[in-house]
Amino acid sequence: MKITFDWLKDHLKTNLKEKDLLEQLTNIGLEVESVETLSSDNQLFKVAKIIKTEKHPNADRLKVCEVNVGEKELKKVVCGATNASEGLITIYAPPGAIIPKTNTKLEIAKIRGVTSYGMLCSESELNLSDESDGITELSKKYEKNIGKSYFSKSKSNLIDLSITPNRPDCLGVKGIARDLAASGFGRLIISKEKKIKLKTKQTLKVKINKEKGQGCSAFGSCLIKNVKNTESPQWLKDKLISVGQKPISAIVDITNYVMLDINRPLHAYDADKIEKGIIVRNSKSGEKFTALDNKIYKLEKGMCVISDNKGVLGLGGIIGGTRSGTEFDTKNILLESAYFEPRSIRNTAKKLNLDTDAKFRFERGIDPLSIETGLKKAASLIQEICGGEVSKIDIQKIESYKTKIINFDVNSFENIVGFKISEKQIQRILTDLGFIIKKEKNSLKLIVPSWRPDISQQIDIIEELVRISGYDKIKTIDPIKDRSKSTLTQTQRLFHFLQRAIASKGYLETITWSFTDQSYNDHFREAGKEIKIVNPISSELGVLRNSIFSNLIMYMSKNLDRGFKDLSIFEIGPVFTGSNPGEQKTVVCGLSAGKKSRLSWIDKERNIDLFDAKRDVVQTLSEAGYNSDHFFIDSKTPNYYHPGKSGRIFLDHSKDKVAAYFGEIHPNILKKIDIKTENLIGFEIFLENLKLSRKTLKDQKLKFSVSDFQKSERDFAFVVNKDVEAQELISVISNVNPNLISNIKVFDVYEGENIPDNQKSIAISITIQSSEKTLNDKDLEKINNSIIEAVENKTGAKIRS
Amino acid sequence: MSDLKKIKDEFISKLKGKLDLAELNQIKSDLFGKNGLVSSQFKKIGTIDASERKKFASDLNIIKDELQDLINLKINEIEKANINEKLEKEKIDVTLPERSFVKGKIHPVSQTIDEISSIFSEIGFSVEEGPDVENEYNNFTALNTPDNHPARDMHDTFYLDEKKERLLRTHTSPVQIRTMLKDKPPFKIIAPGRTYRSDSDQTHSPMFHQVEGLHIDKNINMGHLKGCLNYFIKEFFEVKKIKMRFRPSHFPFTEPSAEVDIGYEIKDGKIIIGEGDQWLEILGCGMVHPNVLKNVKVDPTKFQGYAFGIGIDRLAMLKYGINDLRAFFDCDYRWLNHFGFDPLDVPTNYRGLSR
Repeated sequence: MKITFDWLKDHLKTNLKEKDLLEQLTNIGLEVESVETLSSDNQLFKVAKIIKTEKHPNADRLKVCEVNVGEKELKKVVCGATNASEGLITIYAPPGAIIPKTNTKLEIAKIRGVTSYGMLCSESELNLSDESDGITELSKKYEKNIGKSYFSKSKSNLIDLSITPNRPDCLGVKGIARDLAASGFGRLIISKEKKIKLKTKQTLKVKINKEKGQGCSAFGSCLIKNVKNTESPQWLKDKLISVGQKPISAIVDITNYVMLDINRPLHAYDADKIEKGIIVRNSKSGEKFTALDNKIYKLEKGMCVISDNKGVLGLGGIIGGTRSGTEFDTKNILLESAYFEPRSIRNTAKKLNLDTDAKFRFERGIDPLSIETGLKKAASLIQEICGGEVSKIDIQKIESYKTKIINFDVNSFENIVGFKISEKQIQRILTDLGFIIKKEKNSLKLIVPSWRPDISQQIDIIEELVRISGYDKIKTIDPIKDRSKSTLTQTQRLFHFLQRAIASKGYLETITWSFTDQSYNDHFREAGKEIKIVNPISSELGVLRNSIFSNLIMYMSKNLDRGFKDLSIFEIGPVFTGSNPGEQKTVVCGLSAGKKSRLSWIDKERNIDLFDAKRDVVQTLSEAGYNSDHFFIDSKTPNYYHPGKSGRIFLDHSKDKVAAYFGEIHPNILKKIDIKTENLIGFEIFLENLKLSRKTLKDQKLKFSVSDFQKSERDFAFVVNKDVEAQELISVISNVNPNLISNIKVFDVYEGENIPDNQKSIAISITIQSSEKTLNDKDLEKINNSIIEAVENKTGAKIRS
Repeated sequence: MSDLKKIKDEFISKLKGKLDLAELNQIKSDLFGKNGLVSSQFKKIGTIDASERKKFASDLNIIKDELQDLINLKINEIEKANINEKLEKEKIDVTLPERSFVKGKIHPVSQTIDEISSIFSEIGFSVEEGPDVENEYNNFTALNTPDNHPARDMHDTFYLDEKKERLLRTHTSPVQIRTMLKDKPPFKIIAPGRTYRSDSDQTHSPMFHQVEGLHIDKNINMGHLKGCLNYFIKEFFEVKKIKMRFRPSHFPFTEPSAEVDIGYEIKDGKIIIGEGDQWLEILGCGMVHPNVLKNVKVDPTKFQGYAFGIGIDRLAMLKYGINDLRAFFDCDYRWLNHFGFDPLDVPTNYRGLSR
């Protein structure tokens, strides 16, 4: 909402300064978004006429114009607009002027070799409208103003307010003035309605169809005959220009003025173009009409239309049609002032993707009792400026406005806000805001002003009172440092633990979007459901991710393109399994590329491999409190991993839920994504699959006991079939005698010479220690034999001699 | 000259010469070996006259000690020299680079969430969570934003179905609804998390982070809200005093509603939070609307309280001088490395939030 202090003063008597105004507006909840200084500079913009145009010698699309700016000599201006033609009256900005839209200062410049003295401006460059196609076209009437400033001398800056959606009344200058006055910033001026003679009858019949979902509950109108539509007088033009509107014609300008002044949207029809009368009805499916934006709209069933015998004239409260629009030669007008239901306006506008000033106001709620005031205000101005006779006002209604009444408990204010104001003060504020108050025994009976659709209960009154009293009066009550419940749940703690545990292993934490590119997602989706976003920001971000890999691999690739070779990144966050709330899992996903070590004076080169990832995962889980001795690992993994070089981890042999996957990313995916690196290794840890212990870690720790008896290390080499897994051997060995076998380490795996083709040799070092005594040779011999026997029997292995 | 003196003189002079370790060991064995000269003298003690025995024994021990000390000294000298000689050869260029290491980092948003949680933990808030995919009811309707409400336009919502029933939550406020439906009052929670709006430009990202706060109890008023936020902002920016302004605003789910600005100034191109005469909007808040309480079956005549929503990314940007929101989610190695935090830097109250 754009206003000026000058306009406000039409409704507000105050001696205070603009600086105070800006502060006060913000203090009462009418946030000042920006203040544009128009005053000093806008005088530079002059009405000018193009006398001659020539094609630019060095550029096809540019013209060199000779422009009369009211000085002796014509100015030479280079211009790219297609509508720059000889005889056009437009707006000229000389060097030194600051273009409002871009805030840049014009300078004399050579454009493709031709010196341009200033610029011819489009409406958008002057912030007059969004029209940026071509330069401003002024009517012939401006001929006499050539050389004069286009903008009138405005003392007032343009103040742009951000009006919250609950305050439609402040979409009119008067509403803002009322709020200011209530807050003590001046006094509201009650302007008397101008008396106009309403002699004739409104002869154009208006009917609101009573049908289901009728979006119009009241339609007020009057006929004004024999008008002479003209240009607006200077005061009106100045007023509109001062808030960034472009004057068009007196009738349009007047309806705009009334709308901006008291938030009462009106619509003027050329009465002679209406066939027989107005019918307000629901649209039929497929009905078409051409709106004032020159677009043809195809309507769905049930939209609120203003129509006549021939068809749709306009969409009520949203946009008028070209067929009945007013022109300079319009003689008789029908002026409409109606009430349209916010819900109906919103539905229609949404379906047609239409956004207009009227729609913005009606969907927030127009004062239902402003129908007559608005008509009278506009009609008297039209009569004053354009002449004509105004008919009596006709108001058709299918529903009457019901006054809202609230019983307000005065004590509720302090209860919610924490400070007190006197009842006298309460009454004064509410009266100033337009409430009618009746004092009752324990409460105030409040009649809510018709322009406040946002007020319906006690809390709304409290808001009004605290807003006007000032939020600075709210006390600061320091919080008490007391905690009765733990801050994080066990799962949340685990989340944070895993996050930092992985980062501490050299991974950079990333946060990527929860949506991703469908083609990337498909690589990692497996049988998962594809979850499409109906209105994605772009087609590359069209689905919710089924795996974090899709994003990580994309960004990994970008980083590799930046020239980084060895990189580990991870993310902890959601992946989605369905489109219902809760169908998501928390995953820690890591990805490493390149080499673990590059050739250096001290280290050998080595590609990153799956055992690096496995170490990171196992170590992390172990640090998180899971005993890695109990882990069970096999090689069944999703098909985005390399089938032979990936594994999954269970926390124990019950194999309940997969705790994690690790391994090389499938070479086919690397090829398709065209990612260039020595190796690409990933892992996924599934947070929800990690069983939480009921005992705390401190309760899980048993009594501390260690053995100081001598330990012995024995090495064994077993020859087994290739498909026998190391895990199996270890499991067999550790079960031989858990009391004596304290550590098992695989120190070599060998295939090749001296070993049969489909077999391998696994060399294992076993630490044997008793907690009761030092073992003698005989004891050791016994356990050695048991180990060999168990391994040979259970795995088909042969001890290598 | 007695035998003893002879032995002593002879060996002392021998030991004065330049000897190597083997020669010294030979001398040691000559003197103290099984049949060494000194050892033999000890064997003689029993044969000596009782009158002289005591003196002999005493003299012998003195000589023994003297020679032994001298030999040990010599051996030590040689060993030391040997080590020194060895060390001289073992000198290495320590300026050669160490074995390579990699540093992992925590994302600034994660770090900021931990900081926020740590601050609110002190005053008794616990952390709640909710799903990223929400239904229309929790995200809007229950929060007093019915479907014809213009405030819905301010949330450019991502929908997951044509009927617009499933969506990506546009704010963390639905966690309020879930929390209150699940439990009984009082409630004192914060809910950090991902939020989504279909808005994408220099200052907007289609995904961003918010933290929701909710405190419902008997007699909680706007003064508590102001106190809580004042405390939070001071702690978060780690300043002693903060200039803060409550400004009336409108959110459908709170009433009265406020936007909170903090004072700042630009000094030498850097933003200084807490002073200065410029205002910066950092959060929205208010007293939970009675309609919302009714929707979650909390009696608004008995319970009341406040809620707030803060943009986490924005807080991180302000605190750590990050200019570009989009970079948070771009995963540029250089950016992550620069703005990321060491995983050991867990924000805690006693160690301080940041270094």
